[in-house]
Amino acid sequence: MNTGNPTPATPSTPLSEPAALDDALLITSQEEERVSVASNWTLVWWRFRKNKLAVFSAVLLIFLFTIVLAPDFFSTMDPETTDAKLAFIPIQRIHWFDEGKLRPWVPAVIGKRDPVTLRMVWTTDDTQKVYLRFFSAGYTYQLFGRFEANLHLVTALNPEDANRIHLLGTDRLGRDQWSRLAYATRISMTIGMISVILSVVLGLLLGGVSGYLGGLTDMFIQRLIELLQSLPTIPIWLALTAALPRTWSPERVFFAISIILALRGWTTLGREVRGRFLSLREEDFVLAAELAGASRWRIILHHMIPTFTSHIIATSTLAIPVMIVTETSLSFLGLGLRPPAISWGVMLQEAQNIQTLALAPWLMIPGLAVIIAVLAFNLVGDGLRDAADPYSH
Amino acid sequence: MLRYILQRLLLIPVLLFIFSILVFALVQAPPGDFLTSYIASLASSGSSLDQELIDMLKAQYGLDKPVHIQYLRWMGNLLSGNLGLSLEYQRPNAELIAERLGLTVLLALLSFVFTWVIAVPIGIYSATHRNSLLDYIVTVVNYIGVATPNFMLALVLMWWAFSYFGLSVTGLFSREFEQAPWSLAKVADLLKHIWLPMIIIGVAGTARLTRIMRANLLDELNKPYMVAGRARGLSEWQLVMKYPVRLAINPLASTIGWYLPELFSGSLIVATVMNLQNIGPLLLRALISQDMYLAGSILLIYCFLAILGTLISDILIAWLDPRIRMEKVGA
Repeated sequence: MNTGNPTPATPSTPLSEPAALDDALLITSQEEERVSVASNWTLVWWRFRKNKLAVFSAVLLIFLFTIVLAPDFFSTMDPETTDAKLAFIPIQRIHWFDEGKLRPWVPAVIGKRDPVTLRMVWTTDDTQKVYLRFFSAGYTYQLFGRFEANLHLVTALNPEDANRIHLLGTDRLGRDQWSRLAYATRISMTIGMISVILSVVLGLLLGGVSGYLGGLTDMFIQRLIELLQSLPTIPIWLALTAALPRTWSPERVFFAISIILALRGWTTLGREVRGRFLSLREEDFVLAAELAGASRWRIILHHMIPTFTSHIIATSTLAIPVMIVTETSLSFLGLGLRPPAISWGVMLQEAQNIQTLALAPWLMIPGLAVIIAVLAFNLVGDGLRDAADPYSH
Repeated sequence: MLRYILQRLLLIPVLLFIFSILVFALVQAPPGDFLTSYIASLASSGSSLDQELIDMLKAQYGLDKPVHIQYLRWMGNLLSGNLGLSLEYQRPNAELIAERLGLTVLLALLSFVFTWVIAVPIGIYSATHRNSLLDYIVTVVNYIGVATPNFMLALVLMWWAFSYFGLSVTGLFSREFEQAPWSLAKVADLLKHIWLPMIIIGVAGTARLTRIMRANLLDELNKPYMVAGRARGLSEWQLVMKYPVRLAINPLASTIGWYLPELFSGSLIVATVMNLQNIGPLLLRALISQDMYLAGSILLIYCFLAILGTLISDILIAWLDPRIRMEKVGA
């Protein structure tokens, strides 16, 4: 923050031309008018928009959320299809041009048996081309679990080649990584969102109650927060997830893990909300609302919370990547989500063995997805935080 | 100051007591108990446990008694220094933990030193050379460093060393030293191995600390006292190092409170991936095989380390900044 350098307002036009000056004054006053009538959200948006990196990341997140909504559209085949014969197929790079014309294709793979280990070794062969088509019909799936659809982002031009496209290779069981990644994106992003939403609800509720009521309740909630914050997170999370019964269905485990992540996630926000409530409680507008006969809930929901909504949104955006990384780590260790659920961490379980990794380095790609998602959330969160802070400029 | 430290020290047993109940509830939670699952797994492999040993273990932990009695027995044993016997390893838990605890603490402290040694100078450079090419590079690396889960970094480095140099960078010791008693040669071998995990565990923290250091210093660099110093003819190096850097490091000390505990427990996943002989992988195995008293003891140690980390940082801050000290004693 540059506090030491007050920059004088620079006149935008030279003083020698009075007519131009008048124009400029008119424009500035219109500009000022625009700023002074703009709502808080408009101001936040104007400031956010200036941060190009944050805007780019936001676009990236929107793209990720479209994958969350319709992973089938992006996948090339059913993510559960296994074919041990097709294990460890390498990445087939998309070539956009064929003999000078725009005609996307991927090289086909040829399998050869290693004479020593008797393992199938696949290599790409640029002379055999599998042509691709975008936005066309492929296998049928249920869109939003309700409508039947068969539109896919990318399919083989020739329907017979449907099983010959593995854009990101295959894993140990011959499952298509590209399609699995689409599904994993859905689960990993959703678990991050749900646990953050739970944290926000808990944090607002308990932090608000703590700050608004004060007294013994406040003391109790504050001690609880301190206790939770001094717990060693990763070991306790491990123990909690290890305690989940093995017989639970993937959906139940999914929600249980969201709740486990939220159990500590709310404490940071709870603290901040309490601080805000403590200072807002003394404000004149709260007193005014009280005198006007507004109920306690009305004051909290309609008068106090709106003053720091933008701050909450920024904080929770920054909390999502933490949840995503934790879920990935837990699942990677085999204590989080378990197959048949597919998440980035579950996919990375395949990458635990260093010998396997040396043969099939593309198994690490889900890790790249984690890094990109976390980076995007962090950049958007930072951008939002700066934009929501009225003193940042 | 002494009174403040004493107050904090008195709080430790209270916290540990609460945590011990929590930990016990956690390791108790999975259905069945460790003895039945262990006997079952032995039976499936064709061997069986001595009935005498079963009875002895049952009596020792009171597995046939209600939960709160079991807890009291466990606590009583813990207080008298008996951590119980690990069924999986057939050895006392205390022994298993003791040989790995030192390495856990050593690794965390080394990573901590690494973080500070790297983050502070880079933060200073970044702030004083704002918007230079190197500053941009540092900023980008920081963002990526914060976003990369440390086990991912470990995986990539292990893969890279293995497939391009044929090196296996796992473990903390070479094979011939793994079981050997401590000697100078073993220490040298440890130092040869420990630097990589140290860096991997420290990277995310380094990135975060560099950002904090840079932001703190940037706030200070525009203050009028800098102009005054320049006017008096201080060299830029002297000026920056003597005043703003010292002010900027102070808030950094308050990060120790969450960073040190995070290092203790954060190494767990990297240790599992890289097969490091600290208590992390031991906990993981114990949790999976329901070796509940081993898991419980390790969890309690993690809790203790977390409390200790916070305590060290609080004392350090109070020592650095008299204003905080007074406030806390008064409260």
